Amino acid sequence: MNKDIFMEKGFKVILKSAGIVILMIPALLLVTLVVQSAPAVKAYGAGFIFRQTWDPVREIYGALPFLAGTLVTSFLALLIAFPFSFAVALILSEYMKEGVIATILKSAVELLAGIPSVIYGFWGLLVLVPLIRKLELAAGIPPYGVSILSASLILAIMIIPYASTMAREVMSMISGDIKEAAYSLGGTHWEVLRKVVIPTSYSGIFAGVLLALGRALGETMAVTMVIGNTNKLFTNIFEPGNTMASVIANEFTEAVSDLYLSSLIELGLLLFIVTAIINFIGRLIIKRFEIKGAGK
Amino acid sequence: MSRKSEEPLLQLENLSAYFHDKRIIKDINFSVGRNKVVSIMGPSGCGKTTLIRCVNRMHEMSPGGTATGKIIMDGEDLNKINTIKVRRKIGMVFQRPNPFPTMTIYENVIAGYLLNGIKIPKKISHEIVEDSLSKAALWDEVKDGLNKKGTYLSGGQQQRLCIARALAMNPEILLLDEPTSALDPKATSRIEELVVQLKENVTILMVTHNIAQAARVSDDTAFMYLGELVEYGSTKEMFTVPKDKRTEEYLTGKFG
Ligand SMILES: Nc1ncnc2c1ncn2[C@@H]1O[C@H](COP(=O)(O)OP(=O)(O)OP(=O)(O)O)[C@@H](O)[C@H]1O
Ligand SMILES: [Mg+2]
Repeated sequence: MNKDIFMEKGFKVILKSAGIVILMIPALLLVTLVVQSAPAVKAYGAGFIFRQTWDPVREIYGALPFLAGTLVTSFLALLIAFPFSFAVALILSEYMKEGVIATILKSAVELLAGIPSVIYGFWGLLVLVPLIRKLELAAGIPPYGVSILSASLILAIMIIPYASTMAREVMSMISGDIKEAAYSLGGTHWEVLRKVVIPTSYSGIFAGVLLALGRALGETMAVTMVIGNTNKLFTNIFEPGNTMASVIANEFTEAVSDLYLSSLIELGLLLFIVTAIINFIGRLIIKRFEIKGAGK
Repeated sequence: MSRKSEEPLLQLENLSAYFHDKRIIKDINFSVGRNKVVSIMGPSGCGKTTLIRCVNRMHEMSPGGTATGKIIMDGEDLNKINTIKVRRKIGMVFQRPNPFPTMTIYENVIAGYLLNGIKIPKKISHEIVEDSLSKAALWDEVKDGLNKKGTYLSGGQQQRLCIARALAMNPEILLLDEPTSALDPKATSRIEELVVQLKENVTILMVTHNIAQAARVSDDTAFMYLGELVEYGSTKEMFTVPKDKRTEEYLTGKFG
């Protein structure tokens, strides 16, 4: 009997320590970022965030082009990806639950999530960038090819599986009882979807969006390869730009001065904070949408 | 009396229902008179739910669910009418309460209108809500919280909300699947009173395990056993002199 109690206690200790370790990882990460970026924070203060110039030669560092690049590419990607993700989720949860085509579609979506980002980058560089260049030529605007738009398109493809898988799972988990109630009142399939299934799934659909957004905010490799890597602030989406993650990856090895390195780390801190804020707001929204009694 | 009101409202002819290859109900024949209450009784698993789900053609929505035979309402073969029209004429209350979790109590009651995109003026919708909830014996309990979500009610209250939701559509036939199995005695007797009152306007098919309830409210009773209709007729007669041995055994509690 004593042995049982001992085991029980031991097990609890193990679980608790695992929990503490998980808690400490982001905390330590944050501490490292804060400590290492301190010189840059001291040197530039809040101006760091709003300054447009990033000039390592003159040791002037401003994050605005990258902050804007990260936010614009991520949200634009989300805007492009959402209709597709939502459509795929609806098809797989409501119109084709099983069968060959459903299986193929499902595996294709899963495959998208498993492809390494460098492959996406390659494909973007070889196919997407030339295509956009042609379009830009035809439209009579400077044919960069590499641009904010190219990065957003690549990101959009990469995040479709995240948004759609979550939405599909939530929609297919809706209790059959609720759907039957709607049909028994004379609802058509479309009416039942629109008035019952989709509203009941808002929180899950939004959770998928949040997951996808998080993925887009942090994506580095594929973006670096197609965004053009300029340090200038873009004025429209057909111009090249850069993101926080991408500039860190590109310039980290060349950062010779302490202030340069510290500024890059401050960019990392900024990315961390932006991601945390977006996640926090996202959670609040999900909470608002959460619905009692929707599951099976 | 016009000729029409003497004709049965609903006729089942050789109705069989399947789940995949398994025949769940077998060649059921009976007809239901206008403004009658019919109880459907029988041991668990004998196909009562399946039978009433055939009537509003919900059965064919279940995976593997198919049916053969005819269901005739007012001389019209329901299998030849659009399911949406069928279900607007025939309301249903399910065995398990299933209010819409995204909707408030108010919205749940008028869910049929919301769902079908039928616009109704505010004043009329208020009337429908109050009237339906009163009939379902729920109005007094919820009138001060109509904007609360329907799923925050207790199980029994949710079931009455579902009854109100079905009534709000003014159906000609109402299918009730053990509507009082989750209710306390007081709410149960309110629902029983309601069933008797509703008879003036609606024809009711009610699945029930409660023999006393069937005796109190129903005009006719269908007794089913292993998917077959064993006996059908006036409740009073069946309960006093059952023709079939199985009916008698069920009524005296020998099985079920
Ligand atoms: N979705 C389903 N798929 C396959 N078989 C089913 C399904 N639903 C019910 N059945 C079977 O059909 C038969 C009849 O079920 P039904 O629900 O109509 O019984 P019931 O008379 O309503 O029982 P209860 O009194 O317990 O509610 C049962 O044998 C059951 O196993
Ligand atoms: Mg049943």
